[in-house]
Amino acid sequence: MNPFSSGTRLRDMIRAIRSCKTAAEERAVVRKECAAIRAAISENDQDYRHRNLAKLMFIHMLGYPTHFGQMECLKLIASSGFPEKRIGYLGLMLLLDERQEVLMLVTNSLKQDLNHSNQYIIGLALCALGNICSAEMARDLAPEVERLLQFRDPNIRKKAALCSIRIIKKVPDLAENFINPAASLLREKHHGVLITGVQLCTDLCKVSSEALEYFREKCTEGLVKTLKDMANSPYAPEYDIAGITDPFLHIRLLKLLRILGQGDADASDCMNDILAQVATKIESNKNAGNAILYECVGTIMSIEDNGGLRVLAINILGRFLSNRDNNIRYVALNMLMKAITVDAQAVQRHRATILECVKDSDASIRKKALDLVYLLVNESNVKPLTKELIESLEASDQEFKGVLTAKICSLVEKFSPEKIWYIDQMLKVLSEAGNFVKDEVWHALIVVISNASDLHGYSVRALYRAFQTSTEQETLVRVAVWCIGEYGDMLVNNVGMLDIEEPITVTESDAVDALEVSIKRLNSDLTTKAMALIALLKLSSRFPSCSE
Amino acid sequence: MIKAVMVMNTQGKPRLAKFFDYLPVEKQQELIRRVFGVLCSRPENVSNFIEAESIFGPDSRLVYNHFATLYFVVVFDSSENELAMLDYIQLLGQQTLERCFKNVCELDIVFNYSKIHTILDEIILGGQVLETRSTEIMRAVEEISKLEAATNAISFIPKSASSWLSR
Repeated sequence: MNPFSSGTRLRDMIRAIRSCKTAAEERAVVRKECAAIRAAISENDQDYRHRNLAKLMFIHMLGYPTHFGQMECLKLIASSGFPEKRIGYLGLMLLLDERQEVLMLVTNSLKQDLNHSNQYIIGLALCALGNICSAEMARDLAPEVERLLQFRDPNIRKKAALCSIRIIKKVPDLAENFINPAASLLREKHHGVLITGVQLCTDLCKVSSEALEYFREKCTEGLVKTLKDMANSPYAPEYDIAGITDPFLHIRLLKLLRILGQGDADASDCMNDILAQVATKIESNKNAGNAILYECVGTIMSIEDNGGLRVLAINILGRFLSNRDNNIRYVALNMLMKAITVDAQAVQRHRATILECVKDSDASIRKKALDLVYLLVNESNVKPLTKELIESLEASDQEFKGVLTAKICSLVEKFSPEKIWYIDQMLKVLSEAGNFVKDEVWHALIVVISNASDLHGYSVRALYRAFQTSTEQETLVRVAVWCIGEYGDMLVNNVGMLDIEEPITVTESDAVDALEVSIKRLNSDLTTKAMALIALLKLSSRFPSCSE
Repeated sequence: MIKAVMVMNTQGKPRLAKFFDYLPVEKQQELIRRVFGVLCSRPENVSNFIEAESIFGPDSRLVYNHFATLYFVVVFDSSENELAMLDYIQLLGQQTLERCFKNVCELDIVFNYSKIHTILDEIILGGQVLETRSTEIMRAVEEISKLEAATNAISFIPKSASSWLSR
């Protein structure tokens, strides 16, 4: 049998594609299949429509264009059989998107299916609508979805709830219609409906201040009670994950409470007890428990201040930071970044642990920790923090060095208390990671040095020393070369020695040698060589003895 | 909100991809490739989270899990609890698929992608978590399978549905 006729079974097509050894082979197989499918489409073939769309979905996943199959989705949706509708809706969600005008044509079928006697067909329609409806369709079909929020079967109610979310996001004006039905969902017992109902309320609050007011006034107490009941309920196997009753629902409730409590003292008061209970009683040896604690901390930090709770929350984060599990440390750092705006002092107390995280072996954690440290720097702690960061620079890998260098340079520039400290830090950075330092940064350093006339001698000597030890760092070489050119006489004559300096003997020819080395070194690029030449020129007028 | 769910094998071939934020197909493929690029360079004992801003735009992160020859990836924004998403991936990848296909392996997903999509539609709708109990999810999927079989018994059976019946 010719495997490429339109009669190919789906499995056979998949096998044929999988057995291709090269991309070209695969393209050839796909092209033949698409040609056969196109032919079938133009002949308005009914029998294989279902299978052809299934094939197109597979082909689409491999990345090939499949828009010629879009109308087939519509035809399948319009047919009366369940398998046809199912594959039609699946295809619709994969092959089409809300920007296409073709999508509007489905509105009628959707309306009929939303009123179908078979609840699974209603489910298919809700799913498609909830995934890709446009604003137009949302407006047209909102009344149907609203009605379905009170359907007899909980599976439909929960799908209708999520579908409503998309509707109100597309058409925020419609939000007020959903407030009341959403509120009644909050009183349900079925967890699936509760989770989706809570999510609907959460999103309603985001698009409509009216909704926020309503839920805050009417529903906060009810939600607190639901959470209390769940926290105190006996073991229920079907909801259990790691010994906790439905952690997802816990988390959704905590999130909604966060939104309701934010900025409102009464609502916040209402929830203090349950938050304290959750924060202290939940077991934190499994991910599910930690997920709830994490959410709880987020809520505590967002609602109106209750001193004791905040301390509790930050302590939980402190514990998370020392947890061996990388995931826990990661989310702790995340939450601490948000906590800074609320209580910077408390976060400062955990500075040491955060600094440890900058050296972590996990790249995600390092980056987050660095971002956090950056936010923690202020005039009083900039010196010790910079010291730590520079130490981390020495230990970090190439990828991280670039980011770390940029951050250190930025900090040093922003907060430096005195010029000499600035010069010192920049020198260390240049010696360690000069190649990552941007042009504006080392230009700025030169400007600072030239403006600090009392530090000229110090700078040139320090640079000379550094230059002896780290010649691979291009920018260090450049800055050193410039300084030697400008202040070579100070270098040689030990002019302007500060108390902290050790004397150094540099003869004129040493200085000139240093410049020669920079020109001759293999890695020097044109800029460096040019700068060295100019420096030599400057010196030749000051060191007449070394003019050759 | 969940922005995307992806399942790809350890060679980077996509086995399932659903994007809840519209993207044209070339962009989808590009994103899948870039995610794979990041995933295959992750060492073993690190966290399951990756900042995904450079790939998916602002306010995105992803959580992944390595399971047999597959990577399960969920991309989401800051409105979702990261640790919960980690548990959720376990629910989707391991629990539900295990119940559906005993000792699930990559080939099961390849040949039954249409059923996997149906399962996914019982778990996430419009980028939001729909159901968290694998028993409920399985019940719905079984009902749908029965409906498919019943309807097919009466009318002409397209060959593609035979994969349903054989499971």
